[in-house]
Amino acid sequence: MPPLVSVALDARGIARDFGGRPVLRGVDLSLGGGETVVLLGPNGAGKSTLLRILALLLSPRDGVVVIQGLDGRAARAEALRHVGYLGHESACYPDLTPRENLEFYAELYGVDDPVRIDELLEWTGLAEAVRRPLRTCSRGMVQRVGLARVLLHRPSVVLLDEPFTGLDPAASEALDERLRALRAAGCAVLAAVHDVPRAAALATRVLILHAGRIAWTSPASVPDAAALAEVYRATAVGRG
Amino acid sequence: MRATLAIVRKDLRIEWRTRETATTLAVLGVLLVTVLAFAHDPDPDAAPLLVPAVLWSAMVFTGLLGVERGFLLEREQDCLAGLRGAPIDPTALYAAKLTVNVLLLGATHAVVVPLTGLFLHVDLWPVLPSLAVVLLLGTVGFAAVATLFAFVTVRLRTRQVMLPLLVLPLLIPLLIAAVKATEAVLGRGLGGAPDALGVLVSFDVIFVTAGALLFPAIVKD
Repeated sequence: MPPLVSVALDARGIARDFGGRPVLRGVDLSLGGGETVVLLGPNGAGKSTLLRILALLLSPRDGVVVIQGLDGRAARAEALRHVGYLGHESACYPDLTPRENLEFYAELYGVDDPVRIDELLEWTGLAEAVRRPLRTCSRGMVQRVGLARVLLHRPSVVLLDEPFTGLDPAASEALDERLRALRAAGCAVLAAVHDVPRAAALATRVLILHAGRIAWTSPASVPDAAALAEVYRATAVGRG
Repeated sequence: MRATLAIVRKDLRIEWRTRETATTLAVLGVLLVTVLAFAHDPDPDAAPLLVPAVLWSAMVFTGLLGVERGFLLEREQDCLAGLRGAPIDPTALYAAKLTVNVLLLGATHAVVVPLTGLFLHVDLWPVLPSLAVVLLLGTVGFAAVATLFAFVTVRLRTRQVMLPLLVLPLLIPLLIAAVKATEAVLGRGLGGAPDALGVLVSFDVIFVTAGALLFPAIVKD
């Protein structure tokens, strides 16, 4: 595991309710630069809610989120410059082309670097589809444009909610490579995934979220896929 | 300002490409003007009295539809999360949506006003500058309120019921003043209804300011 450069994201005591039902019950989580942390958990465990809170899109009932030393409440706009978040959907406009989408977000983030857009379009493999509205592209293509959007401003904290959904094997492999490159570049990555073998292969640390709490944290050496699956079954599935 | 302009350009580019909102508003506007004008079929002396009612009825119905569609655009693919996750002042989003709504409603007026004059046999050309001032003031006030509440209701399944219920009571002073000012424009001229113009200007200032101040709190979650 590469050494941690610094604490990129620190969340303490995160709690959130929906309609009076507690979804997160005091989650503590730190992400260091150069870490790829995978969040496992059954449906309804609170993974998406936690990611949206860490991305400063949802306010927690209790707790604080600090990103690169910046308080997520007091210095939200500054903190957001360090964060890239990809949810279940791409947040890209179906009636714009991939390039137009990236150019739009580049303006919002103040990224004045056309070469960066070219580089990301090349990485997504959408150079040929670059003039087509996103609506005419496949789910996998849209997902890749969404990921390019997330990486556009070179965030130091990348939060991904099931990023492999809808990707074919080649695109998944390309995403694996990109995530490894981000780790090598000192970026902190937190990804919620359902695929335990992929989690074992990708992560420098694995967390299992169950019933709104971190129920298990992997040791410094992440177990292999079979052992991790066993732990997951015992921690999350076995408890119902 | 940069973020506001970027969002305005993006919305107008999508509108230019799809022409969904402009076409819908224009068709609805034409339909409303046609029905209202031919249902009353007034004599030439009474026709000018009907112009304000036709113009502002068309404005309310097309406007409610238009502002709602502006935020539906942001719901698809959860684009709103992309905007909210960007390091921009939420007020920039409100200012952009308000600007786009005013522009789209302005385009609708460009269809509705000549048609109203044509169907009611009223020559609106000589009063067009004064009428444009009243329409602009009314449209800005309408859009300021409707843009704010459209964002609140866009995530509700009952948004088509909730938006008019929330917006229309607030718009009553604006609509009364707009109708009175339009009547004045067609009769004594723009200076004939200083009170109505005062209400329109005050309404715009109050609700644009309130929208800009409240929007960041509404957009928070």
